[in-house]
Amino acid sequence: MLKPGTSTVVAASNTGDSLRRRLRLGERFIEGWIFLAGLFAIIVLVGIIAVLIKEGLPIFAHSSPWQFLFGTKWYPVSEPPTFGILPFFVSTLMITLIATAAAVPIGVACAAYLAEVAPPRIRETVKPVIELLAGIPSVMMGFIGLILLSPLVQSIFHLNTGLCGLTAAIMLSLMSLPIIVSVSEDALHAVPKEFKEASYALGATKWETIRHVCIPAALSGIAAAIMLGVGRAIGETMTVLMVAGGALAVPLSPTDPMTTMTAAIASGIGNAVRGGLQYQALFAVGLILFVMTLAVNLIAGRVLERQKRKFAR
Amino acid sequence: MDEGTTVSISIAFLIYAVASIAVVVLAVIKAKMTRRISERTAFIFLGLATALAALPVLFIIVYTIINGAGAINWTFLTQAPAQAGKAGGILPVIIGTFCLMLGTLFFALPIGVMASIYLTEYARDNWLTRLINMAILNLAGVPSIVFGLFGLSVFVLAFHFGLSLLAASLTLACQALAMVITTSREAILAVPREYREGSLAIGVTKWQTVRHVVLPQALPGIITGAVLAISRAAGETAPILVTGAAFLLPSLPASPFDQFMALPYHLYTVAAHVPGMSRTTMWGVALVLLVVVLSFDVLAAIVRYRSRQRGLER
Repeated sequence: MLKPGTSTVVAASNTGDSLRRRLRLGERFIEGWIFLAGLFAIIVLVGIIAVLIKEGLPIFAHSSPWQFLFGTKWYPVSEPPTFGILPFFVSTLMITLIATAAAVPIGVACAAYLAEVAPPRIRETVKPVIELLAGIPSVMMGFIGLILLSPLVQSIFHLNTGLCGLTAAIMLSLMSLPIIVSVSEDALHAVPKEFKEASYALGATKWETIRHVCIPAALSGIAAAIMLGVGRAIGETMTVLMVAGGALAVPLSPTDPMTTMTAAIASGIGNAVRGGLQYQALFAVGLILFVMTLAVNLIAGRVLERQKRKFAR
Repeated sequence: MDEGTTVSISIAFLIYAVASIAVVVLAVIKAKMTRRISERTAFIFLGLATALAALPVLFIIVYTIINGAGAINWTFLTQAPAQAGKAGGILPVIIGTFCLMLGTLFFALPIGVMASIYLTEYARDNWLTRLINMAILNLAGVPSIVFGLFGLSVFVLAFHFGLSLLAASLTLACQALAMVITTSREAILAVPREYREGSLAIGVTKWQTVRHVVLPQALPGIITGAVLAISRAAGETAPILVTGAAFLLPSLPASPFDQFMALPYHLYTVAAHVPGMSRTTMWGVALVLLVVVLSFDVLAAIVRYRSRQRGLER
């Protein structure tokens, strides 16, 4: 009479086992997908590099890297076409430099104010407002630059057109502010309290403490913030496409109309024949752009990492 | 532009220039002042710099509302554009943008959340994890037009999706991925370890713990990140410029393989390429774009605020 009972127990534990095994299999399946998803960021980044190299490098069969990088003539549709990207490169450099030079003092001062000086209520009001700035679409900033700022720049500097590098740089300085402010502020926050207390104990005022203790201690973080701002300015597309003027010559002054690397891609790729020379040339411009921003971001990331370790307790 | 606006903007930029120079000067040379006064002066300039960083945003928003409000009426919001966007409304443009946001969310959210689960719950501290983290960090810094080139070459051409809603959504999803992963990872990391340990202690498997304990707790944070990410996607122009946005279409996209109209591209075209466009219409389009993008930002802020309140009560 005992036998059937035993067999039931065995059967039950058998189904339990197989159920568990099936569950386990299902979990393995899900966990496999999760692992794949985890790799996705790498896949996309490698995909971008692969695409840029595959579509962009063939241009160097047509024009040598020297001609391509230092040529001053971009005539993609003339016969024979010439592809020199120096005008774009110089424009990008010029606009980025001016934008960063304008944004850094304001951004760092703002970060210092928010981190060390501002009463909590002002801090809690201003921070979301600056975050809001990061949320305004770049096409919107381009529109504002086009409608409001360019007439102003034109009349102040007595130019033929207000659509020039300077206008673009002013808009870009605004757009790189949020990242400069937030990363610098984090860096200032990470400065250990003991540093400041020691400074106060020596009789330093708050401002002296900020200038001689906090900012030097957070300097590498602030440098990273500036680099991230630079990366932002280099890669910004719509604003410069709309307000930088679009001239194809090498700019000699910031008040010249110009075309940056990003704007050259955005305005040219629509008309480029797929796989044609112009198409390849624009992908090559994209490749250079990618390498520039990657370098800036890698260095910034490395610096931030080191800063974090410096004050890690 | 009227005289008053010109003057006020000139003054703003004058202050901007003076303040930035003053901050540099103050930081570099030691002014011959008593320490108290120099501190006061320094703080005033720091405060001024802060105002300079914060005021332009408010100016842009208020100015857009004032100028755009005149264009907003029933016809503008419910009709299709006519006469190259000069007449009619922008309804299909708004719908196109919402389709794009949904498409982006559809691709970026599952992959982004799963990736952040991998990074927080499964990944060990090894070279692969460091590589993934580095990729995420750098993905966030890739210029939007480069994502456009990627999307054009891969989704439009190699996958034969053509210039389409699908190709543009996938491109924007790739771009949004970094943000979704970063924000969901933060939300998942914020779930206390005791919750996981409690669940594991009563014999629940790891995945079940993640699914039934960790994810529900992290949900508000994940939603905040997703909403922010699609709000950014809604404002992106460069990637959709090359992967499928069109200025004027006779009809709404009937399938994911059709081209579409979108607010940021529409604003770009009416502002930069249509001659004789009325200012009011341009500001109207700008206002609608700003409202769409910022309302999602505000929504994200509300979700975050409410979940924080709940956390405090607990």
